[in-house]
Amino acid sequence: MAQYKMHLLVCGGTGCRASQSDVIVKNLESSIKELGLSEEAQVVTTGCFGFCEKGPIVKVIPDNTFYTQVKPEDCEEIVREHVLKGRRVYRLLYEDPETQKHIEDSKHMGFYQKQLRIALRNCGFIDPENIDEYIARDGYAAIGNILAEMSPEQAIDIMKKSGLRGRGGGGFPTGIKWEIASKNKADQKYVVCNADEGDPGAFMDRSILEGDPHSVLEAMAICGYCIGASKGLIYIRAEYPLAIKRLQVAISQAREYGLLGDNILGTPFSFDVELKYGAGAFVCGEETALIHSMEGHRGEPTVKPPFPAEKGYLGKPTNVNNVETLANIPVIYLKGAEWFASIGTEKSKGTKVFALAGKINNVGLIEVPMGITLREVIYEIGGGIKGGKKFKAVQTGGPSGGCLTEKHLDTPIDFDNLLAAGSMMGSGGMIVMDEDDCMVSVAKFYLEFTVEESCGKCAPCRVGNKRLHEILEKICAGKGTEDDLEYLKNLSYVIKDTSLCGLGQTSPNPVLSTLEHFYDEYLAHVRERICIAGRCKALKLYTILPDKCTGCTACTRACPVGAITGEKRQPHVIDVDKCIRCGACYDKCKFTAIHVQ
Amino acid sequence: MKKIKSLDDLRQMKKNLEQGMNIREKSDTPESLIQIRVAMATCGIAAGARGVMNTLIERIEKDKIPAIVTQGGCMGYCYAEPTIEVKIPGKDPVVFGNVDTAVANQIVDKYILNGELIDGVIPTNYQTINEKK
Amino acid sequence: MEKIKLTIDNIEVEVQNGTTIYHAAKKIGIDIPVLCYMNLEHLNIENRPGGCRICVVEVEGRRNLAPSCSTNCTEGMVVKTHSLRVLNARKTVLELILSDHPTECLVCSSSGKCDLQSLAQKLGIREIHAVENAERSTYRKDCSPALNRDMDKCVMCRRCETICNDVQTVGALSAVNRGFMSVVAPAFEQDLIDSPCTFCGQCVAVCPTGALTPFDDTSKVLKALTDPSKTVIVQTAPAVRAALGEEFGLTPGTLVTGKMVAALRTLGFDKVFDTDFAADLTIMEEGTELLDRITRYLGGDKEVKLPILTSCCPAWVNFFEHNYPCMLDVPSTARSPQQMFGAIAKTYYADMLKIKREDLVVVSVMPCLAKKYECQRDEFKVDGNPDVDFSISTRELASLIKMANINFNNLPDEEFDSPMGESTGAAVIFGATGGVIEAAVRTAYELQTGLKLNKIDFEELRGLEGIRTATIDFNGTPIHIGIAHQLGNARKLLDGIRSGLYNFHAIEIMACPGGCIGGAGQPLHFGNSDVIKARFDAIYREDASKTLRKSHENPYIIKLYKEFLGHPMSEKAHHLLHTHYFEKNKI
Repeated sequence: MAQYKMHLLVCGGTGCRASQSDVIVKNLESSIKELGLSEEAQVVTTGCFGFCEKGPIVKVIPDNTFYTQVKPEDCEEIVREHVLKGRRVYRLLYEDPETQKHIEDSKHMGFYQKQLRIALRNCGFIDPENIDEYIARDGYAAIGNILAEMSPEQAIDIMKKSGLRGRGGGGFPTGIKWEIASKNKADQKYVVCNADEGDPGAFMDRSILEGDPHSVLEAMAICGYCIGASKGLIYIRAEYPLAIKRLQVAISQAREYGLLGDNILGTPFSFDVELKYGAGAFVCGEETALIHSMEGHRGEPTVKPPFPAEKGYLGKPTNVNNVETLANIPVIYLKGAEWFASIGTEKSKGTKVFALAGKINNVGLIEVPMGITLREVIYEIGGGIKGGKKFKAVQTGGPSGGCLTEKHLDTPIDFDNLLAAGSMMGSGGMIVMDEDDCMVSVAKFYLEFTVEESCGKCAPCRVGNKRLHEILEKICAGKGTEDDLEYLKNLSYVIKDTSLCGLGQTSPNPVLSTLEHFYDEYLAHVRERICIAGRCKALKLYTILPDKCTGCTACTRACPVGAITGEKRQPHVIDVDKCIRCGACYDKCKFTAIHVQ
Repeated sequence: MKKIKSLDDLRQMKKNLEQGMNIREKSDTPESLIQIRVAMATCGIAAGARGVMNTLIERIEKDKIPAIVTQGGCMGYCYAEPTIEVKIPGKDPVVFGNVDTAVANQIVDKYILNGELIDGVIPTNYQTINEKK
Repeated sequence: MEKIKLTIDNIEVEVQNGTTIYHAAKKIGIDIPVLCYMNLEHLNIENRPGGCRICVVEVEGRRNLAPSCSTNCTEGMVVKTHSLRVLNARKTVLELILSDHPTECLVCSSSGKCDLQSLAQKLGIREIHAVENAERSTYRKDCSPALNRDMDKCVMCRRCETICNDVQTVGALSAVNRGFMSVVAPAFEQDLIDSPCTFCGQCVAVCPTGALTPFDDTSKVLKALTDPSKTVIVQTAPAVRAALGEEFGLTPGTLVTGKMVAALRTLGFDKVFDTDFAADLTIMEEGTELLDRITRYLGGDKEVKLPILTSCCPAWVNFFEHNYPCMLDVPSTARSPQQMFGAIAKTYYADMLKIKREDLVVVSVMPCLAKKYECQRDEFKVDGNPDVDFSISTRELASLIKMANINFNNLPDEEFDSPMGESTGAAVIFGATGGVIEAAVRTAYELQTGLKLNKIDFEELRGLEGIRTATIDFNGTPIHIGIAHQLGNARKLLDGIRSGLYNFHAIEIMACPGGCIGGAGQPLHFGNSDVIKARFDAIYREDASKTLRKSHENPYIIKLYKEFLGHPMSEKAHHLLHTHYFEKNKI
């Protein structure tokens, strides 16, 4: 590999690409050539840096200068000033939202300071389309060492000792999963990588596949060795074209080097990987549904047991792990189970990647050690609530999760604490809400998603979620009753209790957790017909402030239902029962006399 | 591309490849490394800073010194260009002036490897442009 | 096999390892309600998608409720089948299903025999909690000549899908759409008529609600019966007499031939004939064709297509037209008995009555829904006038009888009319699997060898196994015969021939379990093998009771050839009694 004095890392993730990061790469390269710096500086397309809020990102190595929101036309200046003259281009540096100061390098950015990147260790660091860069970072050394030194049992033992738990949502211990699959005898077994990321707003799996595909391939090979499988399948949604392309490149490079295929590294172990495309149905993240979909059947779950470890793909023992889980694995073997187990909490080891979204300053992808508090994530990494608003809740675990409130801010985040708080880890979605968010509407939003994504196989999920959504709509429309709240609760419990798969068993969580933590808001909707956050249009309460009203009658004339009455030049009154909350009076009033609650 | 036939092949390959990535690896943990910053403003370049920088990088690679060389803007000592700043972890940064390739080697031998100061040190009570807003 | 012990509702029970909670409970007399679950014991097929969640029970130590139909017992398991938690869940789920179901029970054709209805009764559902104007999933109605699909009433039990795919291997039905709009339908939600559906109707026979129902022709028949300008005659298929009684509370296997004839006469049919007459005619044509092909084959003719396949079953005909288009020249070209009857009725018999074919209405009573489709095929029409005007099922006939206030069980036994009511025992056994080929063998043997059969009963061809094979000694020439019933078995047999596993001269195939006696137009049997066996035995009892038991001995058939057709496979016979097949698309 040629040696350069300076590396310009350009984010080639889907987000930054959408803002022309590919053009940025081209422009940087041509500017470097023009200024005769080709020997000194190298432009590298990497995976996602996580700081998507401010993409496209260009990071300059060795000084870690972190340029944000770079446009193609900025490239010439970056090269001329920074590469040639060593002067940072200040206007492109990240500005701390609190101090309004430019931060020179990524090491001093709050967003990165609290992060610990294990699964994302290579994202934004190496060129995902160049296997050499992966190998230079000890890539494929883990599988190499295992094949040379360990029996499958020993390797599984390390996985068990590391305490790694599945990152796809369930949190099942990976080592135990492998052990079960390894003990089932069969002529053929399969390793499946679940890349059917479907939680709204979550994109860690995509980022890993785009930024570090070889880690996933290597981990699959390790798993294959451990359970006795020679075939790996990656079930990836067709909506991830870039991840698919990077995987295809990675697979063919690994094959050329003999790191996939027959007799890997001269050992008797053979393993190859194939891609299977999904159509992006949320339920196909459930492993039995995923397997059916891969087999060409309708993507719907079946009753477990039998688990895939006994009867999976084509009826053979199959181990299904999620992308993020796999990305953790090679480094665990390189650094040891003890190292990994030393990170995190008692029952949740290692780190977790979260997709920060919502009313937060630093939207993006972060990886933090288990046990970090929500407060640290939201205020230190996330940079606090947007626009200085008041924090209200954070929704974790996607549509299967629940809402956590102020009182949970200092709870250490791990699998069990989130569950105890009525939410879940899920795949790591984290949506922050502020005082302007109506919690009934939030629950309604998630139900809309599950109604859309239910496979329709079992009745409680197929019809029940639809009814839950209808009741929430009714409440938001100001037509709900207290009986509805009771039924909402009962229906939620029954759906959880009777649904066939994880989708239905968790889909009422957003309803139940908001009912628990924000019951007053629900009550206000059905009793006083008020939406505290002012989100539910039908629940806006319009009144006339008598001291401001001049009695001009403009509102009376604008009201389509005749709800406003009053003498000329006397303060008018709105009949709340007649009012349809259309807001016409508000728009017409020249004296700001209409008050909206 | 040729097949990697054994674990030893893989390890050898990694060894050959890691040099190219060293700069990224090191920059990932700058606080634990000796940081050498070469002032590379117009005045610095005119005075030969680029050659100095290359020398430093080569020495670091050759002697396997845990150091990282970065570029900096003008430090305000245009009379003493090329200037370099060396920060050894746990110590205050030291700035050297009038550094040519010979001096650069000297800095490495004496200050970096043995902690001895040499002539040409510029007092450090300065503030670089970069630290201003 | 290992035994395990568990406790269900405080009762200890010991079961084989691998038993489900549902079956374990059944063993001690606890009948856990089910909806989607269906057990076709004799086929070894269980439909248990675990989708309706009605059968949920509480299992100690388990986080959520368990579907008892698809959860296996484990050692020491403690199960509660009617705790408050279970009952609330069961009722709530049923209410959910009902909230997405039309409330037209009073006028639903499945009223009174609807599993959903009885479940609502059993669980005491008196109101349906849901938002006013709660959305219902509604779908385009699909009316085919044989059956109707009203998927608004579908509860996604998937029974039809299991039958269509796993039993019949037709693959016309599968779940489509997602979530609330999920429904079982042909690919791309095509109409059945454009799908590979064979109209075997077995899906109708297992549908727990009114989602899949037979196309109802009774009103058209009633209208024709009251039209003074029409002469209305009826033919009854052999299998009908062995099952019709069940609709009137008689035990399965009761033969009601005489009462059936009396009832049809009471209903106002001008003549009551028998499809069996046409079955004898079929044997003459098909048997001759078989003999012809075998003789040519044994004579060294390389062009001849063997094995010859029977073609009486219209669902089977549809099946090979869709699935084996390369084999269209293999099956016998002989029309089915229903269609032979129609063709003779509208020519020979209409001439005899000196009326125009348009004024003669031919009604058939069939155990079958595919017959409704068959009689509408263009090949069986002359200038748009079908040879058989309407085909009604056994169940439709029963409802006509009930509608006409006829006390069926008290009717005297009456005889079929002449001439097309005369038949032999060989025709009766058309109603059971293996019967057609046995009838053909009885005739072919005597015609081929010139010898008289000592023993008319070919026991080796009888039975209820899905695939059977036998070799019949034709006085020194071994004739290999294959028999399959249910289309899945037919596929296995055909694929076995293709792969060289089997080598046959003749094959009989019937689409339904047990042959026509288990047809989708019969009183519903839900896979109960005892019912099928009883009907099966009844058919052979009727055969044994006949004096004439070989088709070529039927005097009226002999007369028909003499007066009208000439000889089997004559040009006229070809024109009236044979057909040809078409390639149909697979999707």
